Amino acid sequence: MIVADRKSLQEILAMVQDNKKILIAGCKGCVTVCNVGGLKEVEILASSMKIARKKEGKDIDIDIQVLERQCDTEYVAGISEIVDDYEAVISLACGVGPQFLSEMYKDQIFYPGVNTTFFGGATQHGVWEERCAGCGTCAIHNFGGLCPIARCAKSLMNGPCGGSSNGICEVNKDTECIWDSIVRKKMEAGKLEDLLGVKGLKDWTTARDGGPRRSIREELVQGNI
Amino acid sequence: MLNAIEDGADGVYVAGCLEGECHYIEGNLKAKRKVAYVKKTLSELGIEPERVEMYNLSSAQGARFAEIANEMSDKIRELGPTPIKKNHAA
Repeated sequence: MIVADRKSLQEILAMVQDNKKILIAGCKGCVTVCNVGGLKEVEILASSMKIARKKEGKDIDIDIQVLERQCDTEYVAGISEIVDDYEAVISLACGVGPQFLSEMYKDQIFYPGVNTTFFGGATQHGVWEERCAGCGTCAIHNFGGLCPIARCAKSLMNGPCGGSSNGICEVNKDTECIWDSIVRKKMEAGKLEDLLGVKGLKDWTTARDGGPRRSIREELVQGNI
Repeated sequence: MLNAIEDGADGVYVAGCLEGECHYIEGNLKAKRKVAYVKKTLSELGIEPERVEMYNLSSAQGARFAEIANEMSDKIRELGPTPIKKNHAA
């Protein structure tokens, strides 16, 4: 899923400091799963903002909506009849959400209430870790199912660098050296020779380096499926 | 809890079962974590976190319940009215 962290309350309050009528729009997709932009988090943010404004003796009127997904125009269209009732909208979806909203409702201001961080999963309750960099050319089967593009600080394809020490990456003491894990996994399986082949230069044009990407499924576009 | 503070409550306390004796097994421990989260949120908002507390007692401890109610009331009296109610009225 896409993982995000909520912006600080102070940062969000500063964004809308001049606005009195605000909509907070959550999303039932990834941000609900990573507990940052679902119904519960939207309600907590709305309540916290109301308390902050009341403490300053200022009025604020906040409504909430949680869209099925903010990355699909059919669901974004769901707020078409109310969106103009507000001076500003705070989106608690990933960075895709406020952009889809901005594209559909050109006269409204949409503020991002979260910082979108990475593609990953929960390794324990409350802890998420990056697993995929969306490079567009998946080859994790070559590395024991562990991705060196996303999980090596240098995205190395042919083994660890000199910054690997006792299985830890020099970048951060809490970051495992994924190449250490890849090598150990292959050794345990008796298949270390799988890593002997030198990987050629990676084609990064399928990643962000090739510019913004687009995925077209002709059969869907034509309505055949 | 947040809604109560938002509506002008001077303080809120949550009365859960004794730890290890909750009918919902971990319900009181989850409530304890939620109270801690609300305290953190209030601190961020510049409101005394002591306005929200968690207490644990069984349904057979009526006297203890009254004691806690008095203890909490005294604490809130010391803290004074919520800054929300005061400013909002002004």
